[in-house]
Amino acid sequence: MATPVTAQPREQAGPVRRFADLLYRKPTLYLSLLLIPPLLWFGVIYLGSLLGLLWQSFYTFDDFSMTVTPTLTLDNLRALFQPANFDIILRTLSMAVAVSVASALLAFPIAFYMALHTSGRTKAFFYIAVMLPMWASYIVKAYAWTLLLAQGGVAQWFIDQLGLRFLLESLLAIPGVGGSTLSTSHLGRFLVFVYIWLPFMILPIQAALERLPRSLLQASADLGARPAQTLRLVILPLAIPGIAAGSIFTFCLTLGDFIVPLLVGPPGFFIGNMVYAQQGSIGNLPMAAAFTLVPIVLVALYLSVVKRLGAFDAL
Amino acid sequence: MRSDRPSLGLRLAAWGGLLFLHFPILIIGLYAFNTETAGFSFPPKGLTLHWFGVAFARHDVLQAISLSLQVAALATLIALLLGTLAAAALWRRDFFGKESVSLLLILPIALPGIVTGLALLSAFKRFGIEPGILTIVIGHATFCVVIVYNNVIARFRRTQYSLIEASMDLGADGWQTFRYIVLPNLGSALLAGGMLAFALSFDEIIVTTFTAGHERTLPLWLLNQLSRPRDVPITNVVALLVMLVTMLPILAAYYLTRGGDEVAGGDK
Repeated sequence: MATPVTAQPREQAGPVRRFADLLYRKPTLYLSLLLIPPLLWFGVIYLGSLLGLLWQSFYTFDDFSMTVTPTLTLDNLRALFQPANFDIILRTLSMAVAVSVASALLAFPIAFYMALHTSGRTKAFFYIAVMLPMWASYIVKAYAWTLLLAQGGVAQWFIDQLGLRFLLESLLAIPGVGGSTLSTSHLGRFLVFVYIWLPFMILPIQAALERLPRSLLQASADLGARPAQTLRLVILPLAIPGIAAGSIFTFCLTLGDFIVPLLVGPPGFFIGNMVYAQQGSIGNLPMAAAFTLVPIVLVALYLSVVKRLGAFDAL
Repeated sequence: MRSDRPSLGLRLAAWGGLLFLHFPILIIGLYAFNTETAGFSFPPKGLTLHWFGVAFARHDVLQAISLSLQVAALATLIALLLGTLAAAALWRRDFFGKESVSLLLILPIALPGIVTGLALLSAFKRFGIEPGILTIVIGHATFCVVIVYNNVIARFRRTQYSLIEASMDLGADGWQTFRYIVLPNLGSALLAGGMLAFALSFDEIIVTTFTAGHERTLPLWLLNQLSRPRDVPITNVVALLVMLVTMLPILAAYYLTRGGDEVAGGDK
């Protein structure tokens, strides 16, 4: 430990120095001075707004006068389970699950290759090549996909060149997956979501696989396991925390998104669109607040599940 | 014996995945130079720089760019201050509620943007604060703090405390130690965190739709443009610009923090 040299008497200690010495001698004061600004911001502004919002979900909205009165009611929460609203929740939830599963399937080989088959410059190249699209503007990526999927756009050109028109049309004919065109189909929306969140899945899986002891792979091979068996019995179980960590991003981000559903896919609200519509044009803030409870509860449930899979250690 | 050479299928999947990630970005780059006014057809008939001039002469484009730059700069400044303070408070200390403080910092990016956006909007309404640049900055700073915090605390953890003890033993006071030891040590982490926060703020759209009122940041301008097919060439040019502004800081942040345990940008 350092001896408090500063405590020795000094000549002409300036105010700055005396203040610095005071902080050194009183660590609790020092700590509170450091903590007060961030705590004021997060504890008062942020947490205060959040709790205020949750409280509002119990307020009453009068459909006739279009006004909010602070009479407490459970009607808004009950309304979430009306068929029309519940459909929105199911639609969003099923998309979030589908996007997470597809991202994991697509991300695994990339992460696997990055972790086990690249080194030095190639590894750095892959890392940057995954990180750049992750950080590149979200709205521009969504916009790029509207260009790609548009009628007569890039995707269609490639499909025509490859002579796969019939395949696309039969895909679009499947109810629940397809739609009239690629850009107004569930498939199109699903593709955009997978594209935008894929890097968030690759990096945690890659990090988990980097920590995989190589000796385990050799041991598995020495004991006679074929590559497929090693993958299934050794590599996959150890990659689970990474996949779970990545799925936190893909699941939670899809759940709260409302720009992609706005731009691509068939009509029909996602949770985010409903929140936006309720607070904006309708002015029903209590119902919008009740709807924000859905992603909060789903995210909390999801986190408690993936925590058991070790997701937080792989973040 | 397990061969060390990756199979053809694996290599195809990995490189194909990279192509999938970059293809839409390349398309944006290509379409910005498209000669056509309806920029949907592929392949482009010709390339031109004409639309860059048109876009930069547009008043609404310049206004949106200027607003986004101001918001991102202010939000980054607040995030740098609060994030560094929080990191300094939580480094090498144990106190009651420490876990809650770090959870509180992560909450704005852990919860969906619609929750943060609507919460702030309803609070602004309750206290009669008019939406404008101030409310946008408050929203952005809230989720940018954790980016700076992550970068700075990672650097703190790699800093040997004996450096600070040595400085104090040699007679430097707290301020001098901060000025000559701690700050230079944090320098590139602050720069990297600041750039990431800037990129995040510059691009944010979901929280902003709630807090912006009538103001229009560049992403909101872009979103609005999508319902205006006649403006497609200008939209394409601005899209390329936004893409570059969000991607280049990431490269810089990566090179600044390379070689450490924690490389900036691994989490958004």
